[in-house]
Amino acid sequence: MSSGLRTQVGQLARRSVLRTMRQPAQIVPALVFPLFLLAVNSGGLKSATNIPGFPTDSYLTFALAVPFMQGALFSVMNAGTDLARDIETGFLNRLALTPLRGAALLSGLLAGAVVLGLVQALTYLTVGLVAGAELVTGLGGALVIVALSVSITVAFGTIGLFAALRTGSGEAVQSLFPVFFVFLFISAMALPLELLQTPWFHTVASVNPVTYLLEAFRSLLFEGWEPEKLALGFGIAAAVLAAGMLAASTALKTRLVRT
Amino acid sequence: MSGERGVASFRSIALAVAWRSVHNFFTNPAFFVPAIVFPLFFFTAFAGGLSAVGNVPGFDFPSGYTAFQFVFVLLQSAAFGGVFTGFGIARDFESGFARRYLLAASDRRGIVAGYALAALVRTLATWTVLTTVALVAGMEVGGEGVELVALYGLAVFVNLAAMLWAAGVAMRVRSIQGGPFMQFPVFLILFLAPVYVPLSLLSGWIHAVASVNPVTALLESGRGFISGEPTTVALAFAVAVTLPVLFGLWARGGLRRAEAAG
Repeated sequence: MSSGLRTQVGQLARRSVLRTMRQPAQIVPALVFPLFLLAVNSGGLKSATNIPGFPTDSYLTFALAVPFMQGALFSVMNAGTDLARDIETGFLNRLALTPLRGAALLSGLLAGAVVLGLVQALTYLTVGLVAGAELVTGLGGALVIVALSVSITVAFGTIGLFAALRTGSGEAVQSLFPVFFVFLFISAMALPLELLQTPWFHTVASVNPVTYLLEAFRSLLFEGWEPEKLALGFGIAAAVLAAGMLAASTALKTRLVRT
Repeated sequence: MSGERGVASFRSIALAVAWRSVHNFFTNPAFFVPAIVFPLFFFTAFAGGLSAVGNVPGFDFPSGYTAFQFVFVLLQSAAFGGVFTGFGIARDFESGFARRYLLAASDRRGIVAGYALAALVRTLATWTVLTTVALVAGMEVGGEGVELVALYGLAVFVNLAAMLWAAGVAMRVRSIQGGPFMQFPVFLILFLAPVYVPLSLLSGWIHAVASVNPVTALLESGRGFISGEPTTVALAFAVAVTLPVLFGLWARGGLRRAEAAG
């Protein structure tokens, strides 16, 4: 990376991080909402561990994978809404008058998502372990969980950037939230894939990448080191990141031409 | 005579407010589509994704897991139909339209009644779609006519209570920024009830909370109606009637605050 590009990324990253940290309305729901659902679901579905074939006797441990995915969904909203606000206020137009490179803009904007992803991952993991969840892979597993969580958060953040650049509207970005929630709910979120009995639901969950992201987290929590599941989890995150960045770059070019 | 005129005035205000709100709802896909799709989505996710929970030892709901979850989603859609109407009230205050209502209405309670009527109409549309989909999906219904009327009757009370709660918040905050304050407590109280399994299969803190949560009585009674084995009926209807009365007072206080604010 050239020093010019490094400076551009650094400046925008600093702004993105500061902006995220100065908005409790972005941070608090992203932390509280997933933990609330974790508490409710792990209490309400505790008896699901009595279903023959359920992989662990702690539903809390099983459900602890879900907040990491919900946190990533918040990253779509936060990254997208921030950029949409820049478009709505004309800040992006001002940036377009500078020699700023598109790659610097997109990378810098994701810095806020990285920081938020880190805070989220550490909070969810700490709260989960304090509440009694297992972590059979120990400290190493905890580090991989945090790394996977941040990767997914950043990858999903690029989708938020794409949506913002495509629509230029914070409201449109916000309306994506339910769409992503559908992906989460129609996955092996509440029960393992092999225990999903409704045939069409099982089929949809089997092709839903969110299922495999959840399985990567779960493998570290209660199965042990499962290289295949981890590779699939990180692979999906990388694929989403690549596709999201490509789509966002194209949308950025279109938007800058428009302005 | 003046009493009759008062009733007529109240009715015409309520109908006018309800008509505008219902018209906005049915002609704007941004309002209409989520109201229909979200309950279907929850129903699908819960009844489809969690059907194996019906095999948990001790789970003996006679009509099966689909009907068990249908009752929750029905009451949830009732509550959120009311809450989203509160969003509309807040939006009307933000845009200044609600002030015009306050200026024009001789009996301002008619405004709240109109919003309540609109909340019911929009929720009826949701229930029509939800019930149709549930029946097509093979939901078993053990209850008969009166029991099913009672189930939907409970849901009407829930809708009214949630709407009055949200209206009270909306008229105090008078901004859509009050949305989370309308929504989150309703979400909280709904999910702190026996959503996935009966109360008897809950344990620990969630059992303790669900045992004193009034929504538990509504859910258990609703599930009793759909399975044809009514249970906790008196308690459920006592809760169903009490909640709108309490939130009616809350909404009246909100209306006075809005009037005082001008």
